[in-house]
Amino acid sequence: MSMNLEQEKPLLPDSPLSKSKSAYLPKVLLGSTIITMLTSIYFIFLYAEEEKTMGAAQKIFYFHVSSAWVAFFAFFITCLFSILFLVKRQRIYDTYAYVSAEIGVVFTIIVLTTGPIWAKSAWNTWWVWEPRLITTLILFFLYIAYIMIRQMDGVWDKKARLASVFGIIGFVDVPIVFFAIRWWQTKLHPVVFGEGSDQSGGGIAPSMLAALLISILAFTILYAYLLNKGVTLENLKIKVEQYKEKLRMDIEN
Amino acid sequence: MIEITKLTKQADNKLILRGIDIKVSKGETVAILGPNGAGKSTLLKIIAGLIKPTSGLVKMKGLDIKKDGFEIKKSIGYLPHASLLYDHYSPLENLVFFGKLYGVEQVEERAVQLVKEVGLSFFLHDPVKNFSRGMVQRIAIARAIIHDPEILLLDEPHTGLDQGAMTILNNVILTMKNKGTTTLMVTHDFKQAAEICDRIIIIKNGKLVDDFQVKDQSIELVTEKYARQLEGVS
Amino acid sequence: MNLVKSALLLAKKDLFSEWKTKQVLVTQIIFASLVIVVFSFAFDPSNNMTKAVIPGIIWVIIVFAGILGLNRSIVSEQRNDTMYALLVAPMEPAGIYLGKFIANFTMIMIVETIAIPFLFLLFDFNMAGSIPYFILIIFVGSFGFVSIGTFLAALAGNSKSSEMLLPLLLFPIASPVLIGVTQATRIVLSDMSKLSSALAWTQMVTSYDVIFFVISLFLIDYVLEV
Repeated sequence: MSMNLEQEKPLLPDSPLSKSKSAYLPKVLLGSTIITMLTSIYFIFLYAEEEKTMGAAQKIFYFHVSSAWVAFFAFFITCLFSILFLVKRQRIYDTYAYVSAEIGVVFTIIVLTTGPIWAKSAWNTWWVWEPRLITTLILFFLYIAYIMIRQMDGVWDKKARLASVFGIIGFVDVPIVFFAIRWWQTKLHPVVFGEGSDQSGGGIAPSMLAALLISILAFTILYAYLLNKGVTLENLKIKVEQYKEKLRMDIEN
Repeated sequence: MIEITKLTKQADNKLILRGIDIKVSKGETVAILGPNGAGKSTLLKIIAGLIKPTSGLVKMKGLDIKKDGFEIKKSIGYLPHASLLYDHYSPLENLVFFGKLYGVEQVEERAVQLVKEVGLSFFLHDPVKNFSRGMVQRIAIARAIIHDPEILLLDEPHTGLDQGAMTILNNVILTMKNKGTTTLMVTHDFKQAAEICDRIIIIKNGKLVDDFQVKDQSIELVTEKYARQLEGVS
Repeated sequence: MNLVKSALLLAKKDLFSEWKTKQVLVTQIIFASLVIVVFSFAFDPSNNMTKAVIPGIIWVIIVFAGILGLNRSIVSEQRNDTMYALLVAPMEPAGIYLGKFIANFTMIMIVETIAIPFLFLLFDFNMAGSIPYFILIIFVGSFGFVSIGTFLAALAGNSKSSEMLLPLLLFPIASPVLIGVTQATRIVLSDMSKLSSALAWTQMVTSYDVIFFVISLFLIDYVLEV
């Protein structure tokens, strides 16, 4: 049988071709991720002023906000590619949606862990039922649900279709959740936490703003890099499956 | 009546159908034979409008199934292996519900008459869940033809039937044929295929490998042709 | 026109079969009563503070009893593959969704009309607010919950463990409805002076209802594809 497999090898075409085609993009992304990350770390720890009341703990705010941005942005990308998938029905769109959701989960977890650390030093409590925090929590649950749909058994196009539908529904839901929670909170205790984390202390120093913007940029590029890598990986998996299928058919016939 | 061009269907990297071209004219009764996993049921499901094909064109009565699926559905009767009946409903209730769904007029009379035709008038008001497989299949046949379809799609209708049910099924198909109904039937039963059908299609590995007319209900011809195609398999 | 007609036909079929078996409805009502009893252990009914949790209890009952029926309504179509029969029939997927929605909504309404008075009775609750507004809020809230719930039940029905998947999908998506209706219910049951705020919540839930009902009607085609 192993003889047989050897013979089939030349039948599997075009694997080296696709490799050379898009090789420079991940390198560019990796390079710019490293550069912007280092710059943002410089800005966060050396350039930006220390916050008066909280001290060094405030530094986590840059990572917190940037991850939060990526978490929501990733879900937007998932929704976008879900719509594209439902219209065009091509697997690549679904792969993008899926990988984006996976990255989103990671960043949502970062937000949900850095959030309490921030809350402890800012408001002296681990968890605050604050609109942004709860919305992120719900977002986390939506991501989990999305991934649960992907874990179902069945053929990929069914799973991709259902996950896409949920991706769209979930994305529409997120702003409504945020709006509802914010409203609920202000109705219950007016003005206490009406202003969220990124405006506390009444505005933000210019050096802090610069650091924040640079770290958001760095995280976005990191996201793009991860997305690119993840999709490449996922495509390779699909390719392996296809080759296996081909071999199986050749053995059968 | 049915026109299929370059039909392919892919599921999970696996090509189930790889380019099928069939033309069936009105009033023909066609049997689709083939080994297990050849894609026969998938083909039938695509024609019934249950599954969307990956590529290719399916036309019925000159209408494209992608655009005018709604119109086409009205004239299709589909009988898969499952009965498609509600367990705790009686035959009459089942038939009336589906008849109304298809917009059949005087649906009660038609349902009662159909139940009588399949020989179950005594069980008109019993819930279907108490029925044996043969009885369920009789009602399932009645359900598939409640709206007098122009195209009848049968997926292994003879499997697991008692003699009585088989005769009734064959009678129904022949009566429908006399009315000018086009019938497509997936089956493993060569005897029934040769008896009822006037054309046989053999599908293997998602491809159409043979297509011939049957004369004088000769089983020999069918088995011989089928064996010739199967030799390639093993 | 045809859409509504076939939807009503399907809803009638579902309700009639429920009438024959009484499986789901009885389970839902008993379940609701059990929830009430369990809550009476958790919160002392004779304590005045308990009045504050009544709105919450109402919605816990509706949500959990509702989810039983939602899952059932889709899974029941998988027996004998009757869902295929509906799909090959000249009927839009939106019609199937609408029919299932009508049936589920009717059932949850029946559960509510039995369970909520029962709850008030057992907890000796004196209505301080307005009954018409209360009914309006229950109606609007159930509409939103059942419309998105029916849709997600159809989605989860593709999984073998749909009864476990459905709550995971439904609760995060339905959270705006639940926030809105519990707030509104609390206001109309106890403090009518804030009626305008309750109405604002009702408006928010109504807009949620409309948005998700329309989205569901559009996207159900993709969910019910085989």
